[in-house]
Amino acid sequence: MRISCPICGERDRREFHYRGAALTRPAPDAGEAAWDAYLHLRDNPAGATRELWYHETGCGAWVVVTRNTLTHEMPGCELAAEAAR
Amino acid sequence: MAELIARTPCAGLLPLAVGGVDLTEESLGALTTLSPRRGQEAALSEALEAAHGMAFPAPNRTTGKAGARAIWFGRGQALLAGPEPDADLARLAALSDQSDAWAVVRLRGAGAVDVLARLVPLDLRAAAFRRGHTARSELAQMMASITRLGADDFQIMVFRSMAATLVGELKTAMEAVAARG
Ligand SMILES: [Zn+2]
Repeated sequence: MRISCPICGERDRREFHYRGAALTRPAPDAGEAAWDAYLHLRDNPAGATRELWYHETGCGAWVVVTRNTLTHEMPGCELAAEAAR
Repeated sequence: MAELIARTPCAGLLPLAVGGVDLTEESLGALTTLSPRRGQEAALSEALEAAHGMAFPAPNRTTGKAGARAIWFGRGQALLAGPEPDADLARLAALSDQSDAWAVVRLRGAGAVDVLARLVPLDLRAAAFRRGHTARSELAQMMASITRLGADDFQIMVFRSMAATLVGELKTAMEAVAARG
């Protein structure tokens, strides 16, 4: 697998560390149900996922990768700092 | 005060010559990471130019020359290698002294690129990775900074604590390339 780091360019997957699903953190007062879902409940989609990877031995950026679990395509990769805006 | 004798990271390990490839230790002088403060990227580049004669490097690139080089070193970070950093730079960037933190070696000779091909998951051939290009990547699972200084001429940096592993991995790869003739 290859991941296109927005800073370094296309790189081998072994330079990256996988973190998990890219989620939006609920507001502090969002309530128990929202926080329970954020902490514990994950989808297991057959298709597109959005997940956080760390370019560990590359530039050190956190990136949000779009990955298709059926085809192994990785069509998207953006800086997490920009995805969060 | 005790008289202390400085030991370089690869003391007792280098130099090495295998086949047509030489591996030597480099001493670059002061090493300082420069991380521009938010919004100060252009100002820092100007100050770096005024003080040390090189612009802040773009990702995957170096600026300057032997003795005073700026090596792109990661997201929002460059390594100034050579001079002690001008005090004015601290106004525009976070500075961190890394002088004793890195093992720096130089791999030279025909076949150097074949040696690196066994250890680094990047295309480092001249068509893709030219003089002045640099990359943060891994070398045999170690975080490394790899820079092409010329034809068949590479500078490699890893954390100082990994110096012996770096030399061991390079030596094994140099022997394997030489054995193929
Ligand atoms: Zn990167």
